[in-house]
Amino acid sequence: MLPILQIGPLALPVPQLSYLLAFWLGLSLGEKIAVRRGFPPDALFNLSIIGLITGLVFARITYIFQYTGAFIQSPISMFSLNPGLLEPTSGLTFAILGMLIYTRQSKLNLVKTLDALTPVLAVMAIGIALAHIGSGEGFGSETTLPWAINLWGANRHPSQFYELTAAVVILSITITRAKSGWMPGKLFMVFIGCTAGANLFLEAFRGDSNIVLGGLRVGQVLSWLILSAALFGLEFLKRNTHDEGVVNG
Amino acid sequence: MKFLQPISVRLFYTLLLTLGLVWIWLSAVPASTVMNGRISSPQSGFQAPDFTLNTIDGQNIKLSDLRGKAVIVNFWASWCPPCRTEMPALERVYQRYKNNGLVILAVNSTVQDSRKTAQDFVSQNNLNFPVPLDDSGLVTRLYRVQSLPTTFFINADGVIDEIVIGGPMAEALLISRVEKALRMLP
Repeated sequence: MLPILQIGPLALPVPQLSYLLAFWLGLSLGEKIAVRRGFPPDALFNLSIIGLITGLVFARITYIFQYTGAFIQSPISMFSLNPGLLEPTSGLTFAILGMLIYTRQSKLNLVKTLDALTPVLAVMAIGIALAHIGSGEGFGSETTLPWAINLWGANRHPSQFYELTAAVVILSITITRAKSGWMPGKLFMVFIGCTAGANLFLEAFRGDSNIVLGGLRVGQVLSWLILSAALFGLEFLKRNTHDEGVVNG
Repeated sequence: MKFLQPISVRLFYTLLLTLGLVWIWLSAVPASTVMNGRISSPQSGFQAPDFTLNTIDGQNIKLSDLRGKAVIVNFWASWCPPCRTEMPALERVYQRYKNNGLVILAVNSTVQDSRKTAQDFVSQNNLNFPVPLDDSGLVTRLYRVQSLPTTFFINADGVIDEIVIGGPMAEALLISRVEKALRMLP
């Protein structure tokens, strides 16, 4: 694990670097695929940047509201670059809301927009896995399997590498299928379904799962619900639209 | 899924979701094996490795004796600019919350510092929290400190809640984490 990349006097946090790099690469890939699929790449760029900025700003504002006393004592901290002063759930909610408003204002087709965003999300999933490898988070449960890695004082499933492998496979599927003539929305639904399915399977090998209801892993329950929604979404799309034929690229 | 007829697709989805439920049930964690905090390791969710060190004013301090309190273990050195920058904030937070159950251990990584400059820095800045001296570097290694400053937030059960690598930490971050930890005190 490599939480900090030390280059001379400069200490770079690997997880944050991974997120940043994945966002940039994902956006570049997404724009290329968007051109092939006839989606305006500028709209994808604006959408992603709006999502990023809205998410960060509201994640900080929510955190400030949660700990107002702390910021009254140290108002300058409101502008701190420290990622620990962010509330991620609210950030994500507002990022989605901001993107929805932009989609509506720009009169973009929602399902085609979701398809255009899929490559960005698929590369971000790789970024998350790399961040986990760097920080050691998302570590595996103890095992005696020969490919176990010694981490945090025990031999464990290399769960971060399982996660990375799944993300790479899902990205390959995304890139391959993005060129096909799937009906609008199918690419996004398949991506969500595959990601939820992979997480549902791989969460079982993690050693840091949150537990509910006498031992059930929260991550698995949520993944199952998301997988169900994705399968329902695929059925819904199938009934209401048709495949468009192969996209030339 | 063109090779599957609509009825078969629905059957496949149902089978997939049923298998998912079976997998969730099979991989459920028995209550007795929940590992949170059982193993001692310098990682969030684990028991903070115990150590005993002498402080700068000659007292002996043992981490496990501080169970029941919210503890911040901050690794620092006097030559490290972000460590120096965040120390006044740590002192202000300590003064504000020490009577509510907060303990700050500012472990000087003396193995890569000088005792004299560390002492001068502590007195110049009027730091009142305990400053254990890690002369041998054993505790710095035990906590796998790769970058200074590194700060561990440890709860009343001795479990590491969060690690902040690098600095200087924003004062609001310190206050919010301390208030959260103090709310959890028995």
